[in-house]
Amino acid sequence: MTTIDPHEPAADQPPTARGRPAAEPLLPAASTGTRATRVLGIATILAMAWLVAFGLGFSPADRDQRESVRILYVHVPTIWIAYLAFVVTAVSSALYLLGRQRSLGWDRLAGASAEIGVVFVAVTLAVGAMWGRLTWGVFWQWDARLTTTALLFVTYVGYLAVRRLGGSHQQRARRSAVLGLIAVVEIPLVHFSVKLWRSLHQQPTVFDTDGDVDMDGLMLFSLLVGVVAFSLLYVWLVMHRTRAMAMEDLLEDRGLDAALAARRAEAAPAGRDA
Amino acid sequence: MSPWRIARLVAAKDLRIERRSRVVTSQVLPFAGITMVIFAFALDANQRILEQVAPGLVWLATMFSLLVLVQRSFAVETADGALDAMRVAGVDARAIYLGKAIGLGVQLLVLEVLLLAAAVILYGETIRVEGLVLLVTTLISATCGLAAVGTLYGGLAAGFKGRETLLPLLTLPAVAPVLIGATRAVEAALGTAGAVVSDGWPWVGLLIVFAVAFGVGGSLAFGPLIDE
Amino acid sequence: MEDAGFILGSYALVFGTVALYAWRVLRHARRLARQIPDGEKYWT
Repeated sequence: MTTIDPHEPAADQPPTARGRPAAEPLLPAASTGTRATRVLGIATILAMAWLVAFGLGFSPADRDQRESVRILYVHVPTIWIAYLAFVVTAVSSALYLLGRQRSLGWDRLAGASAEIGVVFVAVTLAVGAMWGRLTWGVFWQWDARLTTTALLFVTYVGYLAVRRLGGSHQQRARRSAVLGLIAVVEIPLVHFSVKLWRSLHQQPTVFDTDGDVDMDGLMLFSLLVGVVAFSLLYVWLVMHRTRAMAMEDLLEDRGLDAALAARRAEAAPAGRDA
Repeated sequence: MSPWRIARLVAAKDLRIERRSRVVTSQVLPFAGITMVIFAFALDANQRILEQVAPGLVWLATMFSLLVLVQRSFAVETADGALDAMRVAGVDARAIYLGKAIGLGVQLLVLEVLLLAAAVILYGETIRVEGLVLLVTTLISATCGLAAVGTLYGGLAAGFKGRETLLPLLTLPAVAPVLIGATRAVEAALGTAGAVVSDGWPWVGLLIVFAVAFGVGGSLAFGPLIDE
Repeated sequence: MEDAGFILGSYALVFGTVALYAWRVLRHARRLARQIPDGEKYWT
């Protein structure tokens, strides 16, 4: 804090007090990258390349689904990451509320994870529609899994909206932590009701596959590669996003401090005059 | 004062405000009524289709009105900081939650009965005696669930700019089970499309589980959500 | 490969979205990082 004058207008110039040349974006200080994230990032890219090679190249076509099974090698990992992300959100919400010192770190982890989860659910829904078009002949089917996923998406979009409501960091953290835990009650209820609803209806008879396929070794391996690749990606994204959120909070605090200091500086001479 | 007594007082206060201000009768009820009319426009006033989908339309109109009622219910509180005042005075948040939910539930129940009557009149729906018990149980359990969710998210969104758009975003996915369950149960009670009464009871079970889960979850979460 | 359009399209969609999101996260982080001294970044 001491190195920076709050009145310094240069928001997009690096502070010279740091004594570093301005134009070196790859310096650790100028980003949220560390050695850990860089190693992770490279591993992610390699794993993704591997996934594409296996998913589109080496793995065989399925007996029932033929070539469209290849979509599952990205479809299954994306939804797995989305579920993982929402579980992390729920757990870190609980840890925030349980922790005695109400650590904002847990709150930011919850928020970062939810944001990534929303992105991945959106991708999953879009890719799932493409897979459905090839396998079922329709983009959308009102089955329990799809409908629950769509509602899951909207629920966490709402969660992210609540995070942006404003107030102090602790207020935001408490509000969103409670909401993150309510979602844990809400999602099973939604899933159960949709499942009960659809089980009473006649299943579509033209296409009798629900997405579960008997996979041979290579197919299973490709899927595993996908899950590993996307898990690495998730960790990488969460690290960067959490760090960025920490800086957002810091800057907001500093803006508040600067405003208070300015107000005090205004008030002080006036007080002397009176 | 016991939490029950506070809850009763809060609910009575809300209902008294609504009776005197006539906002519900002069704005929310007409809104619900026009919803039922425009559904008929959308479905080309096809009597056969309307009869079949009437239970769903009744609940859809109820949910839209729920959003309006919840906003109204918390606008009354936040307009002069009444909610904060109650909290500062040390009133138990769970009691406030319960009271607001009861007040909202009573209004909803009245609304649902009127919407059902509208379905009978406008869509040619018939109410049969053997489904009456199921119908009443469904109305009560669904109302409890809706009031629990509505009060919870209404309290969360109260006092923020942009809450008008936040409330439906949070509420509608959460109440989806109620829409599904209550619609199926009312279909069974009314015998829509040849449904039999016994089909409806599992759905009432779902509605009760929903109401209990959100009632308990809401009363625990309400305090942390409104404390600022 | 039959249905290549949908299959390649789905891969493009997944990796395109992921790349776009990752790029936005990094760019946002860079912009913020320039305004904050190193000592206050817990990861440095």
